[in-house]
Amino acid sequence: MDSNILFSLFAGAILLFAILTVTTRKVLRAAVYLLFVLVSTAGLYFMLNYNFLAAVQLTVYAGGIVVLMIFSILLTSHISEKARMATLKEGVFSALTVVAGALLTIVLIINHKFVATTEPAISTDVQNVGRQLISYGENGYALPFEVISVLLLAAMIGSIIVARKESLASNVKSTDNQE
Amino acid sequence: MAFNIYDFTPLTKSIHDSLSASLSPTATLAIEWTIVGVLYLLFVAVFGLFLVYAERKVCAAFQQRLGPMRVGPWGLLQTIADFIKLLMKELITPKRADKLLYNLAPFIVIIVAFVSISVIPFAPGLVSFDFDIGVFFVTSVSSIGVIGVLLAGWSSNNKYSLIGAMRSGAQIVSYELSVGLALITMIVFAGTMQISGIIEGQRDMWFIFKGHIPAVIAFIVFVIAGTAETNRGPFDLAEAESELTAGFHTEYSGIKFAFFFLAEYINLFIVAAMATIVFLGGWMPLHFGEFEAFNNVMDLIPGLFWFFMKVFFVIFLMMWFKWTFPRLRVDQILNLEWKYLLPINLMNIILMTLVVLFGLHF
Repeated sequence: MDSNILFSLFAGAILLFAILTVTTRKVLRAAVYLLFVLVSTAGLYFMLNYNFLAAVQLTVYAGGIVVLMIFSILLTSHISEKARMATLKEGVFSALTVVAGALLTIVLIINHKFVATTEPAISTDVQNVGRQLISYGENGYALPFEVISVLLLAAMIGSIIVARKESLASNVKSTDNQE
Repeated sequence: MAFNIYDFTPLTKSIHDSLSASLSPTATLAIEWTIVGVLYLLFVAVFGLFLVYAERKVCAAFQQRLGPMRVGPWGLLQTIADFIKLLMKELITPKRADKLLYNLAPFIVIIVAFVSISVIPFAPGLVSFDFDIGVFFVTSVSSIGVIGVLLAGWSSNNKYSLIGAMRSGAQIVSYELSVGLALITMIVFAGTMQISGIIEGQRDMWFIFKGHIPAVIAFIVFVIAGTAETNRGPFDLAEAESELTAGFHTEYSGIKFAFFFLAEYINLFIVAAMATIVFLGGWMPLHFGEFEAFNNVMDLIPGLFWFFMKVFFVIFLMMWFKWTFPRLRVDQILNLEWKYLLPINLMNIILMTLVVLFGLHF
């Protein structure tokens, strides 16, 4: 299969659903369109034969983040709710920002000279990805990996403290005693 | 190798050669895709119907009944009749539902089930694609399936559906961890995520025997978590019929309901097939290291037969759970996962790593 056709398919899907994500007025539909954007991105990775990254994209973004988003939408909003239309002022300013951002990116891309590398490609099979992830030598990712682990640990502890019931209950009890 | 007589590679290769001899590569590819697609559709439809029949028979056996007996010999045609009835039912969409998402949800569920089934090898050479992240691919794709359930529950605009979807979401997101970790334990042991590599590693002995204690623990955890992930009893809170009528698919009828129903049974098959591949050797016959004569006798039984016997064994285990244990409460389900299965699983990975490091396996 011609990879150009596949690329245009995926890129087209990404563009279409990205636009739909920000233009729909129903919040759950926006989440679903975002899901399609993320799945199409995974398709691009598959096309590049970077299977591991594609599967990570599916697990973390589509299966993790979008599920969390949908879950929180389920908890907080009702099916009849619709986002209000943007006012004229908001619309004009958003359009200006978008056009400026797009212009900047396009100009940068057109002016940049992409030089084809002569170095041999680094293998993307799982063994190599795993080795790079925990190696501290050249191209190693041990430090970022550990730093992110600490960040995640902190986030987890934080969320446990926020969600804990005891502190609230003990506060209530102590105020009862004072009375 | 002795069991090559049951290898499907020559068959698929000869089909490919005869097609590409007379057609252009693109046409060959298109025809092959069509053949594979139709085969999968047929397999899923027939196997799904058969599983429904099997479940009713197993359930009847546990409750000392006969089960379906009237339509066809031993009621074999019962599920086909049921399916025809389902096809002829009216498709109803609730008036205040979100029409787009309501119609999209069953497709997400069924597409995810189809994509995950694609990497499963049924017999030597009978697999549609096999790449270096095989096991990880199945878990990552099947993690999207829950979105279909959540969307179905929310877009139906029905309180039962919404509660069912919430329960199912909390449950699947939790139990995915255990499924993943149990598989990681076995990937540590196998040293590869490629499904063909995992099966090849079990040529002298299946992993569940080879990896003894940690492998057995991982198998038990995997079957429990897998049952929960397919939303089957005793974890069927999402569609608990006594409290939520039918949970997230209350509002669905006809073919859309059939999609959810079929997807549930395909997912059952996928979990059983993954357990078979990772723990019980996939299509690999029962081999024990040095016993040449025994191994050669076992090789006479075709790989396809081995695979389906093992899959049916695991499926029977899961049906056994469903009709034996009472349904768990939400808090019990989450306790089981976060306070028991997850710690056991993490310990088990360390145990397995030690076993692999010191070569303590057979």
